[in-house]
Amino acid sequence: MSWTGKLLRINLTSGEITTEAVNEEWKNDYLGSRGLATKYLSEEIDPACEPLSAENKMIMATGPLTGTMAATGGRYVVVTKGPLTNCIACSNSGGFIGAEMKNAGWDMIIFEGKALSPVYLYIENDKAELLPADDIWGTSVWHTDEWLHNKHQDPLLRIAAVGRPAENGCFYAGIVNDLHRAAGRSGVGTVMASKNLKAVAIRGTLGVGNLADPEGFMKAVNDGKVVLSENPVTGQGLPTYGTQVLMNVINEIGALPTNNMKDVQFDGAHAISGEAMHEPRKSDGRANLTTNAACFGCTIACGRISTIDQGHFSVANKSKYWGNSGGLEYEAAWALGADNGVDDLDALTYVNFICNEEGFDPITFGATVAAAMEMFEDGDLTLEHTGGIAFNFGSAEALIQAVDLVASGEGFGQDLALGSKRLCEKYGRPELSMTVKGQEFPAYDPRGIQGIGLNYATSNRGACHVRGYTVASEVLGIPEKTDPLTAEGKPGLVKAFQDITASVDSSGLCLFTTFAWTLDNIAPQIQGACGDKWTVDYLLEVGERIWNMEREFNLKAGITSADDTLPPRLRKEAAKTGPAKGLVSQVEKMMPEYYQLRGWSAEGVPTDETRKRLGLK
Amino acid sequence: MEKSLVINPDKCTGCLQCEMACSYENEGVFNPSKSRIKVFTFHQEGRFVPYTCTQCSEAWCQQACPVDAISLNVVTGAKEVNESNCVGCKVCTISCPFGTINYNQSSGKVIKCDLCGGDPKCVSACPTQAITYVDADQTGLDKMRKWATETDNAQSNATAN
Repeated sequence: MSWTGKLLRINLTSGEITTEAVNEEWKNDYLGSRGLATKYLSEEIDPACEPLSAENKMIMATGPLTGTMAATGGRYVVVTKGPLTNCIACSNSGGFIGAEMKNAGWDMIIFEGKALSPVYLYIENDKAELLPADDIWGTSVWHTDEWLHNKHQDPLLRIAAVGRPAENGCFYAGIVNDLHRAAGRSGVGTVMASKNLKAVAIRGTLGVGNLADPEGFMKAVNDGKVVLSENPVTGQGLPTYGTQVLMNVINEIGALPTNNMKDVQFDGAHAISGEAMHEPRKSDGRANLTTNAACFGCTIACGRISTIDQGHFSVANKSKYWGNSGGLEYEAAWALGADNGVDDLDALTYVNFICNEEGFDPITFGATVAAAMEMFEDGDLTLEHTGGIAFNFGSAEALIQAVDLVASGEGFGQDLALGSKRLCEKYGRPELSMTVKGQEFPAYDPRGIQGIGLNYATSNRGACHVRGYTVASEVLGIPEKTDPLTAEGKPGLVKAFQDITASVDSSGLCLFTTFAWTLDNIAPQIQGACGDKWTVDYLLEVGERIWNMEREFNLKAGITSADDTLPPRLRKEAAKTGPAKGLVSQVEKMMPEYYQLRGWSAEGVPTDETRKRLGLK
Repeated sequence: MEKSLVINPDKCTGCLQCEMACSYENEGVFNPSKSRIKVFTFHQEGRFVPYTCTQCSEAWCQQACPVDAISLNVVTGAKEVNESNCVGCKVCTISCPFGTINYNQSSGKVIKCDLCGGDPKCVSACPTQAITYVDADQTGLDKMRKWATETDNAQSNATAN
């Protein structure tokens, strides 16, 4: 049934590798990927454990549609307890390694314990072995990728790896696969490195099949591809501009957080937008964007492949960055650009390359630099602290020095590697950290888009747009338009988006399909692959079950309703310009209704009735 | 009318839908490693290039095969491998200058593109029309049209000036 039904268990402490059948009951309750892996993690670790200890586990998981011909069916997730948030962490990535893992015959890989010395996991279908990684420890993701391809003499090997910041304990290191796709958020890469695991290299040639209803599956898949190609967002906007299609749109509606979220509009927005990536540079006449690119099986192809102007100061004497590589997505362009007041597209592209090369989250990194800039301008941070770098808003030079320092772990880079919450606490300005549960916001201001603020405050992995992307409804009118400036009706909207997303994430599909698809398009594909029981209604139930399971993990980890909130700036300092001028986030007003709709107590705890209804034990 | 596959790398995004369609048609599973068409990624250049058999008229593979396992499909023009004849000697894989006929270690036979009997699945799977199936005598038509436009524009401009 499209699942392989098998998982690999890697005990890094003992070096023992075993195989297991995937728990049938859990598969039926949680589908796969995010849901299933979180169920395993919840059952196998104490949610109160220290995230960077051997007690924590890390799970790489695919969904039943991963590796199939379903459009975008190439996703995999990394589930663990995150060091940035001390909450459940689930970071989702595209590229090709998820499908390769499935082709090698595995639904999941569970890593436990900690290796005595650096190792990497090599998988060739049924064969899995831990091999020494001493020679690549202390090197970048890109170097590790090249070294492994050379060592195994196999250009078709798919690789996921961590870079130097993960090894150095940077709280927001990710796991980069296929050079520039990433399970980027919450510090999942830091967990991987804490286990002395440098990389996972996979070659799978078994094929993915075992479909419940092959004809029904192929029909649903082909129907779905037509819907994606005919939809203006997935058929035109995303292929042409990538997620960067949003930069000008979000700026215009007054929801583009600027200068550490002091402002909601950025004068330099156009210069760092998707449109600007198409414009010829003055220097060499080339556009930043070379082409769009797809992840495995994706018929949208929103990925950006970009170059940096060879004369730009960031790369003037670094020819290794003169070729093409993964370009700016909207979240990165915002965090590195608008949130720091930097409007230099080449500088942002360089910083993005380094985040990919060394494996750390450009959202958290950018927002941490923004917090540092505000503290520098307020005098809390001095040149002495920063090693002589003037952290002023708008300084591309400071941003570039900062990224190189986090990459190497030197000097002020050690402070920046803390993330904004710990950094601001260290320098006595905790209120300047734009985070929920320790994780930095993405690129939508909750004063200008009210629903997304509630989603941020309640997201189980800390501030995050891809847990419940109400922006689709509030800004783009998908599936129907709601007013972004009102809190009215948003608790229900947030809950619906969160539950649907949990299901989509657990299938192995990309969330971006939901710009065009509803569950009515998705359910038939899952049914074709996994059987008739996966109806729209059942997927909604599964999504809600997953959401509550994640909540329970966090409650056991020590999270309380006091953590379901936004920083004071967003609740007290009104937007100064644009359509949201005069507004603050009404998150506190929305919360009681949200808890009620979720079937939670006033303290944010799922009631016995809710737990019973969802079959949570 | 004989038709040919035409590949335009400018339109390819590297999604591998073609590789999955090919392997599903031929092997019954989604398995890029058993696809008869391969997409190559040139990372530094930002290029994705699909590549497969061009169905040579005088096919090296066919001429090299010692057991006559490769034959012409007179309807499609494809050179097809007859699995029951193939002994897996791999001489064809050596003789093919383009590398588009390959050994399949699961079956012990060789595999190559057979144009799916005249309905190539890679073509219908491709979301960007980077792979098309057109009149074999007119594979240059799109390029000619493009250059005709450019030449015409240049002439019009010259006249206007």
